Amino acid sequence: MVAKTVNQRAWFLVLPVLFIVALNAIIPLMTVVNYSIQDTFSPGVFFFEGTKWYQEVLSSSRFHSALGRQFLFTAIILAIEIPLGVAVALAMPRTGPWVSVCLVLMALPLLIPWNVVGAMWNIFALPDIGLLGYGLNWLGFDYNYTQQPVAAWFTVVLMDVWHWTSLVVLLAYAGLSSIPDAYYQAAKIDGAGRFAVFRYIQLPKMKRVLIIALLLRFMDSFMIYTEPFVLTGGGPGNSTTFLSIDLVKAAIGEFNLGIAAAMSILYFLMTLLVCWVFYTLMMRGEDET
Amino acid sequence: MKRTKIIVVFVYILFLMLPIYWLLNMSFKTTNEILGGFSWYPQNFTLDSYITIFTDPTWYNGYINSITYVLINTVISVSFALPAAYAFSRYRFMGDKHLFFWLLSNRMAPPAVFVLPFVELYSAMSLFDTPLAVALAHCLFNVPLAVWILEGFMSGVPREVDETAYIDGYSFPHFFVKIFMPLIAAGIGVTAFFCFMFSWVEMLLAKNLTSVSAKPIVAIMTKTASTSGYELGLLAAAGALTIVPGAIVIWFVRKYIAKGFALGRV
Repeated sequence: MVAKTVNQRAWFLVLPVLFIVALNAIIPLMTVVNYSIQDTFSPGVFFFEGTKWYQEVLSSSRFHSALGRQFLFTAIILAIEIPLGVAVALAMPRTGPWVSVCLVLMALPLLIPWNVVGAMWNIFALPDIGLLGYGLNWLGFDYNYTQQPVAAWFTVVLMDVWHWTSLVVLLAYAGLSSIPDAYYQAAKIDGAGRFAVFRYIQLPKMKRVLIIALLLRFMDSFMIYTEPFVLTGGGPGNSTTFLSIDLVKAAIGEFNLGIAAAMSILYFLMTLLVCWVFYTLMMRGEDET
Repeated sequence: MKRTKIIVVFVYILFLMLPIYWLLNMSFKTTNEILGGFSWYPQNFTLDSYITIFTDPTWYNGYINSITYVLINTVISVSFALPAAYAFSRYRFMGDKHLFFWLLSNRMAPPAVFVLPFVELYSAMSLFDTPLAVALAHCLFNVPLAVWILEGFMSGVPREVDETAYIDGYSFPHFFVKIFMPLIAAGIGVTAFFCFMFSWVEMLLAKNLTSVSAKPIVAIMTKTASTSGYELGLLAAAGALTIVPGAIVIWFVRKYIAKGFALGRV
């Protein structure tokens, strides 16, 4: 590959993007930073508070438990969606008329507005009129997600698996379909078993897309708001109140601007940190190949 | 072994389709029948909910509003991202890697963080409650995404193509529109698809940046749900209809989608 040429004028090509993203990112972010270090008693009157809000947020048990729930949720759905997505991708036919049909059907959940996803599952899981709730109770499980925290968690996780596993499937499938047939033939000649084929041919080829899948699923699950909010409203109690839900509650519901802003900044920094680690790993992987 | 594979795919798709079926099932029932009890299919099949949506302006305007801002957003995202993606895929310049990561970091920004400042910002620009406000706000995550995907596709085009064109005397804009864009047409399609998708499904910003005249369908649904009791049949029909635009778009890009995923980096 020819090395990229150095050309400082390329900045001009980037300017429009820089402008529109800066408008949306820097101005609002500065507003949030402003709020996070000030207090107000009446509109337009602000006092400098330094790190008061940050200290308050960092020491509040409410923030800790929301954060804990958030990490637990993200860990659970990553542990389910990535292996499941890879398994389904491996089972997909590689050619033929069914490929398009499968892909289109699988992509459908990705295209449903998030609050519709929440509303759909809200009804789908109701014990009296929803298929899932009714079915589980019919099988003898005592299941009512509006009252039992465990059932609520089960429903939120199942909903997310339903909603997003297809993204992993599509990515993994794309990685798989870039493997030339010759590789498989060579493996066959060498007498490689199914696991060996997976371990030494398919997995390395999927590595890049899997890192992307992991990155996307981490980011999106870490900022999840609409679906659980519509499904459970963060309840029962606070059992499914994730970070975003807690944040919007503080900002809009209770109008605790300082607290909400400080939470926003901490939240954003955490996401940024994890993604920076992922990104560095990804770029390193890319330089090698 | 062949059979287990088919079963895995079949069961997975069945799992995906069940909630959608349930939504459709309810959309053809009256609210009373839905609340009346459990049934696999509508006993009194009715299209009333759909008729209400197509005849009541507050409902169908919601769809028009949503589609308006989604389309504006897709056009802005793709056209702004094209030159930037070209720059990233072809040149090295000061701060390019940092800039690229900064762009991506906005894709990671939780919308909840930005709700309040966005409302203030767009009110200050007197764009509040217009489709343009939502379209611009969605650029926060769609422009970086578009740059990312397009850069992947552009890097797949050999650099010799550019050089030959310049030697043949093409100017940059001429070359870009006449030669380069047709080469990455599939990439542009896939990018547009993803911008459409992420703008269409987002609700938190869309809902909070509008109040009356530009209210998107997703916000109308939540409002109806809380004010008029639970009009479940109507809600189900409205929900079912929100799947349609996405389904149409995905049908158009179905051939490129797997390929797009591999080349691009979504």
